[in-house]
Amino acid sequence: MMVTLRIGSVVKYGLLLLVSLLFLTPVYVIIVTSIKPLDQVSLSQMWTLPTAIDFSSYMMAFESLKPNLLNSLYLVIPATLLSALLGAMNGYILSKWKFKGSDIIFTFILFGMFIPYQSILIPMIQFLRNIELYNTIPGLVLVHVVYGLPITTLMFRNFYASIPDEMIESAQIDGANFLGVFKNIIIPLSITGFVVVAIWQFTNIWNEFLFAVTITTGDKQPVMVALQNLSGSQIVQWNVQMAGALLAALPTLIVYIFLGKYFVRGLLAGSVKG
Amino acid sequence: MEKDIPVRRKRKLSNDHLTAIAFLLPSVILILVFVYGFISWTGYLSLSNYNTIVPDFSFAGLKNYFYLFNDFRFQADLRNTLFFTILFIGAVIVLGLGLAILLDQKLKGESIFRNIFLFPMALSFIVTGVVWQWLLHPSTGFNKFLIHFGIEPKWYTDTTILAGFKWGSIEFGLPVAIIAVVVAAVWQMTGFSLAMYLAGLRGIDEELREAARMDGASEFQVYRKIVLPILMPITMSVVIIMAHISLKIFDLIYAMTGSGANFVTDVPGLYMFETTFRGNYYANGAAIAIIMLLLVAVFIVPYLWNSRKGER
Repeated sequence: MMVTLRIGSVVKYGLLLLVSLLFLTPVYVIIVTSIKPLDQVSLSQMWTLPTAIDFSSYMMAFESLKPNLLNSLYLVIPATLLSALLGAMNGYILSKWKFKGSDIIFTFILFGMFIPYQSILIPMIQFLRNIELYNTIPGLVLVHVVYGLPITTLMFRNFYASIPDEMIESAQIDGANFLGVFKNIIIPLSITGFVVVAIWQFTNIWNEFLFAVTITTGDKQPVMVALQNLSGSQIVQWNVQMAGALLAALPTLIVYIFLGKYFVRGLLAGSVKG
Repeated sequence: MEKDIPVRRKRKLSNDHLTAIAFLLPSVILILVFVYGFISWTGYLSLSNYNTIVPDFSFAGLKNYFYLFNDFRFQADLRNTLFFTILFIGAVIVLGLGLAILLDQKLKGESIFRNIFLFPMALSFIVTGVVWQWLLHPSTGFNKFLIHFGIEPKWYTDTTILAGFKWGSIEFGLPVAIIAVVVAAVWQMTGFSLAMYLAGLRGIDEELREAARMDGASEFQVYRKIVLPILMPITMSVVIIMAHISLKIFDLIYAMTGSGANFVTDVPGLYMFETTFRGNYYANGAAIAIIMLLLVAVFIVPYLWNSRKGER
């Protein structure tokens, strides 16, 4: 019994270690390559450790990505906050103020989260041109707020389902109205909900590419478009590309490392049945 | 008689209810315009002659759709999407479920392993594409090891179509190059199914499994007969969510391989982007977008319908 148990766990650990190594290979390549001095950056030496550590590729990558990192920051903060707030309001209404047809409305909103954005892209760009928000960060904010509505509404609706209706009823008896309940009961109880939704939206908007590449050009582009341009360029050394990839991924990675628990909760909350 | 009539509280909508509806209205209008309105407009564009720089909204019937279904590139896209979707979903489910079962064994260090498998989820498909482009480059990356075993796959540069036969204007079969893209996508998305399955496994009552063991079921039977059936709804969710990701995939392929020789790694999302924004074939682009939407709807509409029913 003991022996089979041990063999069992050796096999289990062996499998887990093997898959972990495979999962970490890209990380190894990114880090090792990005700290290599220029004379060691050849494709044939891809796997070898550097003999000296050189951060100059980070300087070069940062130099060229800096304006775009800032663009992403100006995009992601207002877009995340606005879509979380609207989602909280919608989730509150659709879970605590149900009316005839509200479930159908919810499903209609939800459908927007699954559509391929290609199917709204041409009219969207035309519309942004008409209201003179094409090729602007506010234009991208608008797009992300609107198409973020389904997922944030869904997450908050699932989240509020766990708040007992009695709490709301007793607040109403005490004379609180629709907004009073939202402000004094719901918001204080939804700090976790806001963290989960904000992390989810932050990650998605930071990483988004299709809207970014079609709605902005040149110096208005968010960082993922700039990274793609950097790696598509023939003259950029690939240690700089790797450093750029790490820099562009760093904000979402840091959020994941410190708040991963909430990230996973968002992931689970976003799968329709909460 | 009177008491048999169900007491229907025909409440008039209260002030608060009206306020609630008023607060919901802006979002509903936004979705109505930006989702349904814009889809309708794209639908109309797909039936127009707008394949020029100067807008031409004259009606063209199904001309653009006929063009696409006879087009070598679009036929290749549909083939690639089909095989990408099957391989991607299959691998994400098998790997995610396998790892979830391993992580559910109460081993020490479980959270470290879990975080390793989950972190790629926090990355952008662009980052994934940039890195895997190098790892699966035919003259570097993994091939530096594999060459010692005498194999040197051409990964995404391979133009072979496995088990191919002529169908329409394309060779129908598994494009070997698509496997390289699947590898990168699986690396990124396995965490999703892993997290879903792990949550599902944690929700299963341990007594249920214990009872089956008492009845003499082997560990394998416990999983096959008890655990997997309970996890079935999760598998359905994973399939639906992965299917809609794979049907609209664009950024990973754009960053990693592009269309490839003979369009072996091309997908509708990439074709739509290039023909619309590089070629000004707006009507063709709109038609591709509508076909993508219909493909996604085949999965999503029944799913949404079911989860609505499940709530009642």
